[in-house]
Amino acid sequence: MGEQKGMTIQGNMATALGAKLCRPDVIPAYPITPSTLFPEKISEYIADGELDAEMMRVESEHSAMSACIGASASGARTCTASASQGIALMHEMLFIAAGMRLPIVMAVGNRALSAPINIWADHQDSIASRDSGWMQFYAEKNQEGLDLMILAFRIAEDERVLLPAMVGIDGFVLTHTVEGVQVPAQEDVDEFLPPYEPPHGKLDPENPMTFGSLGTPEYYQELKYDQTEALENTPEVIDEIFDEFEEEFGREYNRITPYKCDDADIILLTMGSMSGTARAAVDEMREEGEKVGLAKMTVFRPFPGDLLKEIAGDADGLAVVDRNISPGFGGAMFAESAGTFINENKSPVMKNFIVGLGGREIFKENFKEMYEKTKEAVEAGEVKKLVEWINMNEDVMR
Amino acid sequence: MSKVKITIGGVNKKAGSSKEYKTGSWRTMKPEVDIEKCIQCLQCLDYCPDGAITKTEDAIEFDLDYCKGCGICERECPVDAIVMIEEEK
Repeated sequence: MGEQKGMTIQGNMATALGAKLCRPDVIPAYPITPSTLFPEKISEYIADGELDAEMMRVESEHSAMSACIGASASGARTCTASASQGIALMHEMLFIAAGMRLPIVMAVGNRALSAPINIWADHQDSIASRDSGWMQFYAEKNQEGLDLMILAFRIAEDERVLLPAMVGIDGFVLTHTVEGVQVPAQEDVDEFLPPYEPPHGKLDPENPMTFGSLGTPEYYQELKYDQTEALENTPEVIDEIFDEFEEEFGREYNRITPYKCDDADIILLTMGSMSGTARAAVDEMREEGEKVGLAKMTVFRPFPGDLLKEIAGDADGLAVVDRNISPGFGGAMFAESAGTFINENKSPVMKNFIVGLGGREIFKENFKEMYEKTKEAVEAGEVKKLVEWINMNEDVMR
Repeated sequence: MSKVKITIGGVNKKAGSSKEYKTGSWRTMKPEVDIEKCIQCLQCLDYCPDGAITKTEDAIEFDLDYCKGCGICERECPVDAIVMIEEEK
């Protein structure tokens, strides 16, 4: 086993480096803030002779994902990067990639969607493609961004899975922030991630096949069922590969990671970079005697309801903290958390907090406020307001 | 209903398989040609979006496995040799 090398790099470099270690064959990409550095780094690696791959400079994100689909169908290990409007533009192709069961990996620099135009951190872009059939991973820090790229390829290409995956790192908060990371040795990644050989067929002029053909009403529903079942069966594979990664590289990953949850009355459920702030808030509240815990979600799709029940099933209150909003209801993580508990005899009182949209800061005090509000609801035995927006700038409200 | 089994991602291990989709079953109206009136100008061949019309010795014929019954041929025929009639199934 080779030694891991310490580096101090931005989040986009971490995901690009993670991708490079996976030896991708084809990288079609179109630059967009805040993930532009990813294709820049990839083309630098290729120019410097560090990576033997085809970089396709396409005219849009729709073309980027289309090219990914063609490349992956030909058996090439394929990745790309995008964000925000770029992911929105490739929306239709995302469904095709998943439906054709192509293990493409996309590094996402999570950013808000227009309007108003905004380039800052927000989970709305990937959450809006929740139903496309992709797996979704979210990193708390740059190290996770790097590791999750390697993990995403390994999981996506597993013959029990064969589905595409997104790895989200929060725009600017991670994409442009320099942090220390440990970089696994190439030979160890090579061993962890063998070359991709598609088991379900590949585009090959010597042995032509039909990909992406018509699915008439006699077949469509069965194919969708098969695809959905494949995604729903992935937790077992994800857990197995997370364990193997920990054994190989010494870093632990879980679909949801609990922190001080065992005796917690109230649990904060978070995703992405805010989790670090939430952990610091939990520590401070614990010092003050509050029985509070944190559950950090790393895998949003498939939704880890089984683990959420294990972790939060005995708690009195669950504060679901969403960095996205589905107007007309609430946050996506909240809706799914609520759905998870629907037929349980015991379920925590749940509240939803909308935070950090379009790069709005999320402070420790905000988590303390969410904790207090959830505690109030638990004590009152009633949730007066299901969805609350936190850290609003009242001065600018009209 | 067909008994052909689905595959992962709907991959069909044969090429050129679109010919096997007999899309003619979608049709509610079908074209008929009056051989006496047909002048073999072949405009219907050019306009047919499904390529379901071919030239015969005397006139033209329709490939009903693929004709979806859109009626463009009837509309374009300059001598009204083509009429759409109700499909009987």
